[in-house]
Amino acid sequence: MTTNCEFTLAELMIVAASEAFRGDGEILASGLGIIPRLGASLAKMTHAPELMMTDSESLLVEEPIPVGPRGDYVPKYSGYMSFERVFECVWGGKRHAMIGPTQIDRFGQTNLSVVGDYDKPKVAMLGVRGLPGNSINHINSLFVPSHNTRAFVEGEVDMVSGVGYNPARWSKNMRQDLMEIRHIVTNLCVMDFGGPDHAIRVRSLHPGVTFEEVQANTGFELLKAPDMGETAHPTAEQLAIIAQLDPHNLRARQLKDNPPGIRGASNDQ
Amino acid sequence: MNKLMTTAEAVAKLRDGMTIGFGGWGPRRKPMAIVREILRSDVKDLTVVSYGGPEVGMLCAAGKVKKLVFGFATMDAIPLEPWFRKVRQAGEIEVMELDEGMFQWGLRAAGMRLPFLPTRCGLATDVMKHNDLRTIQSPYDDGEELLAMPALNLDMAFVHVNKADKLGNTLITGSDPYFDHLVARAAERCIVSAEEVVDKLELDAATARFNTFERYLVQGVVHAPKGAHPTMCAPDYGWDLAHMKRYAASATQEDGWTIYLDEFVNGGEDAYQAANGGADAISQLPVPTF
Repeated sequence: MTTNCEFTLAELMIVAASEAFRGDGEILASGLGIIPRLGASLAKMTHAPELMMTDSESLLVEEPIPVGPRGDYVPKYSGYMSFERVFECVWGGKRHAMIGPTQIDRFGQTNLSVVGDYDKPKVAMLGVRGLPGNSINHINSLFVPSHNTRAFVEGEVDMVSGVGYNPARWSKNMRQDLMEIRHIVTNLCVMDFGGPDHAIRVRSLHPGVTFEEVQANTGFELLKAPDMGETAHPTAEQLAIIAQLDPHNLRARQLKDNPPGIRGASNDQ
Repeated sequence: MNKLMTTAEAVAKLRDGMTIGFGGWGPRRKPMAIVREILRSDVKDLTVVSYGGPEVGMLCAAGKVKKLVFGFATMDAIPLEPWFRKVRQAGEIEVMELDEGMFQWGLRAAGMRLPFLPTRCGLATDVMKHNDLRTIQSPYDDGEELLAMPALNLDMAFVHVNKADKLGNTLITGSDPYFDHLVARAAERCIVSAEEVVDKLELDAATARFNTFERYLVQGVVHAPKGAHPTMCAPDYGWDLAHMKRYAASATQEDGWTIYLDEFVNGGEDAYQAANGGADAISQLPVPTF
C-alpha cells in the first residue's frame, strides 16, 4: 500500500541544504547546482536573510534569482561581485559554498580532478577548480545526489582536491583552524563531521531510509549522531517558496525518476 | 603609434616551445579568432596557461600543447571539455593543475616581477604533490607554513576585448573583466583582439572605467569581430551552444578533428562566420543567464 506524499525527495533535500546555512551570519552563500542553489536561496528567504548571494555571475542580489529562464523576472542588483572579488571573499573566509564533488573520503577530502591514475586517468573531470582554496579558507558543505561507494570511497579520494580532516596532510604550522566542512546532504541522509576527530556521523535519515542502507552504500564506517532522527519534512511555506524560486520545476530533473520525499509513497502534487 | 596587425601577423610572433596565456574564463570571452589562426599555423610544443575553455581543448586536439597549466577546462553548458578530456586521459600532455586562486596568484607574482606569492590555497592537497610546489615559513612570530606559489611568467598573452583603439587602449564592457589584466601583466608581450577597433578612444568618465589594463602592456591590436565565437562576449553576444555541441561531437567521431578543421577552421575567419550562419546570426546569440 502506498500513501500520498506532498513533497519530493528533491524538495526534502533543498530544505536540508537550506539548514546547512543556518546561523552563518552575513557571508556569501554559494550553492553550486540546482538543489544546493535552491537550498541557499531558501535559507535567505526564510531563516537567514542576512546571507549574501549573487546572480551566479558578477552581481549581488538581495532577492535570490529564480533558476532557469527568467521570463518577465528582472533581477534587482544590490552590488558587484566580480570573480576577482569572490576570491578576495574566499581568502577572507566570508563564504559558505555547497558543492558536489565526484568523490569524498572519511576525512571529508574531496576530488573533482581525476578518477584513477593521475598521469593517465581513467576519467578526467573538470580539474581541481577552486576546491583547494575554498576548502582551506571557508565553510563548505557537500551535496551528493547519488549516495554510493563510488562517491563515498574507501581510503583517500583519488586526487585530493579539497582539504579535509586528515592529520597526515597537515603540518603543525599550517592553519587548519580556518576550515570547516559543515554538512553532507545526500539522497539518503544528512551527515556532519561531529564525531571524535571529526569522524562523519549521520545526523538524520530521509523518510524510509535505514542507517544500515546508508552504511552499505558508504566506503567507510559511519557513526550515528546521538539524536539521529528523520530529516525534517518541508513545510507548506517552504514548498511555496521553493516553487517560486524554481518556476520551471528544474528540481524535478535533478534526481533519477524524481522520487517522492517519503520512500514508498507516490508523488501527489 | 599604430599597433594594428592581422591575426596572421600576431600568430607569426609565436615560436615553438613558448609559454602562452589566454584571457577569458571557460566559455567566456576567449580570443578564438587567434586560436583558430594558431590551429592553422605550424607552431607546436606550447605551454598553455589558461582558465580553460574550448581553446584548451582545440589546441590539445591539434597536438599543439606540450604542457597545460590550468585550474579547470570546461564549456559550462558542456561541463567536461571533450578534447581536453580525451588527450588528458591518454596521458598525452604534461599538466600543472592548480587551484583557481593559486593560478591568479601566479599571474600576479609574474606581473609584479616576484618569484612567488604566499598563499594557503593548495596546502594539504595533492596539488602540492603533483606539481612539486614548495612551502615557506612566515618569518614573523606566527611562523605559519604557507605555499609559495611560483610566478607564472608568460612569453605571450592573447586577450579578447569588446573595444580597442590602435594605440592599445582597451575596453571590457561585459559585467566581469575576469583576470585578463593579470594575464596581460604576466606576459612579456600581449596582443589583444577586439570586436571593434577605432583610431583613438575618446570616452566619457563612466565608460573609461571599462578599461582594465594599460596600453603599455599591449604590443598588438587585432580587429576580430565575432572573434570570441563560439564562446560568449557579453554584452555583444552569447555563447553558441549548437557550435560547442558540434565541436564536442568531433571528439567521438571518426576523424572528427580533421572534419571539424575542414568544416570550420581551414577556410579562414570569413568562411568560419559563414559556416556559423554569418556575423548577424552570431550577433543575435543571446547572452545566457544563470
